[in-house]
Amino acid sequence: MSAVLETVALAKRFGGLLATDHVSFTLEEGARHALIGPNGAGKTTFVNLLTGVLTPSEGRVLLGAEDVTSLRPDQRVRRGLARTFQINQLFPEMKPLEALALAVSERQGGGNEWWRRIGAGGSGGDGVVAEVARIASRFGLTDVLDRRTASLAYGKQRLLEIALAFACKPRVLLLDEPAAGVPQAERAELISAVAALPREVAVLLIEHDMDLVFAYADRISVLVDGALLTQGPPDEIAKDARVRAVYLGEAQHG
Amino acid sequence: MMAGAMPEPAAVETSLARVFARRASWRLSEIVFWIGAFLILLVWPSRSLLINEIAILALFALSLDLILGYAGIVSLGHAAFFGTGAYVAGLLTKHGLSDPTLGLAIAAASAAALGFATSFLVLRGADLTRLMVTLGVALMLFEIANQAAALTGGADGLQGVAPGPVLGLFAFDIFGRTASVYSFAVLILMFLVARRITNSPFGLSLRSIRDNPLRAAAIGIPVARRLVAVYSIGAAYAGVAGALLAQTTQFVSLDVFDFARSADVLLVLIIGGTGYLYGGLLGAVAFKAMQDGFATITPQHWQFWIGFVLVALVLARRDRLARLGHQGMSFVATRLGIDLGKMGTGS
Repeated sequence: MSAVLETVALAKRFGGLLATDHVSFTLEEGARHALIGPNGAGKTTFVNLLTGVLTPSEGRVLLGAEDVTSLRPDQRVRRGLARTFQINQLFPEMKPLEALALAVSERQGGGNEWWRRIGAGGSGGDGVVAEVARIASRFGLTDVLDRRTASLAYGKQRLLEIALAFACKPRVLLLDEPAAGVPQAERAELISAVAALPREVAVLLIEHDMDLVFAYADRISVLVDGALLTQGPPDEIAKDARVRAVYLGEAQHG
Repeated sequence: MMAGAMPEPAAVETSLARVFARRASWRLSEIVFWIGAFLILLVWPSRSLLINEIAILALFALSLDLILGYAGIVSLGHAAFFGTGAYVAGLLTKHGLSDPTLGLAIAAASAAALGFATSFLVLRGADLTRLMVTLGVALMLFEIANQAAALTGGADGLQGVAPGPVLGLFAFDIFGRTASVYSFAVLILMFLVARRITNSPFGLSLRSIRDNPLRAAAIGIPVARRLVAVYSIGAAYAGVAGALLAQTTQFVSLDVFDFARSADVLLVLIIGGTGYLYGGLLGAVAFKAMQDGFATITPQHWQFWIGFVLVALVLARRDRLARLGHQGMSFVATRLGIDLGKMGTGS
């Protein structure tokens, strides 16, 4: 196994606050890796450093063999690092069909083409439509492709959130609390879509829901006060006394 | 619409391709609009000057729609590009390069260059910053044109602009006959290009940026670069509109850079609606008709009524807007004495 995403002593300071404290983290190819930690542990800052929304104060981010520390978010996406958002970040006025076609077409470099009609079908087409159909069927969105995104049920919007990132054909997919706020009735569909993600995609799951984490992840990293406290397979993490102390809090034997 | 519960992948693909094809296909209302516009041009030689003004304003508003309606960049200084185009075309003509279409091309390129240069200022900050930056750029250009009187004629305006015949065939006449057909033809061509652009992957990416720039970047769209591109394209369009004004009125005055011009074009676009390309065109018709109409009815108070209509438009909800728009169209129709039927409501 080799690392597909790696950080080397990654640090981020906000004034006097060390929000990310020299984190050296490795995501293996095809991993199902969860990042957990109590509120304020710095998970969001860490994700923003990985995706390029924030620039680190120190350290490096490697995607495959390439140093991407100084690259913009869109450049990292093109190199195979895609993410979803904890709070939906969709295109409310566009149809899922258009949004997915856009993501696929951008990946093919179509965004610089201003003279060709998007989604031309048939044998002379760009294959965008065929791929949108495949992605939609994988995420159970086929029936709502032609609807306005803002009008979709919340569970469908969460699925679209993941489908959009998946359409970028990532090597690494960062899922930021994918099930957050999804009503119980729509939860199963979402979780099974996450479980069915192909193995060639390495998944980093940032999650609060411990049931989901322990059901899904084969490796867990625990972030506390901006630093990596420990990492390991789920059963080890579950037994770790320090994790219980900081993460599970006073609910355990005080 | 999608097929039943468990559609075949191939069937889904076909129906998706059809949705995309439908998205880009010509709607009946569009065809009616253009036939109507063409008929007006044909039937109304006596109103050629007004038609020319409307075509130029429509093109100017279309250029603002590209950057406001499709990329979400607000501007209070769009006259910067209009004025640049006007002065470039005017000066070229005055100094010997009298071919109108070549003048248009050079004016477009100049305005695009200015748009490209200033786009980097516009990228910074949110809406309020953008309003101030665009306003500031236009004010600076106004003052530069004012001070460079030796070149521009300053407050007296640029005299002696006498363009040659269009395509070497059609000379400009004092009734504005050639001018109106020329401006209208340029408007149609530029509209077709804009329509093509907005249906392309590039155009769709612009809409996504307007909708959610954070997510647009997160699916691999270089947001800043796209905004620079569309701002430059919008500037080129505005430059062509300005050049048309210079060539068809054979005069350029400082007011091409005036704040009122930037404000008017924003008003036109708000009247017509943003983000579907026809807003600028319908808005231009409604605005000119109101201006013309109110000026005839109440020569002293027409600005009051235009202001009144603006406030009413902005406060009215979308559905009421559409109804008012239709009434505006009927008003034009009555003014021009023609039955426009149902046009302008469907789009």
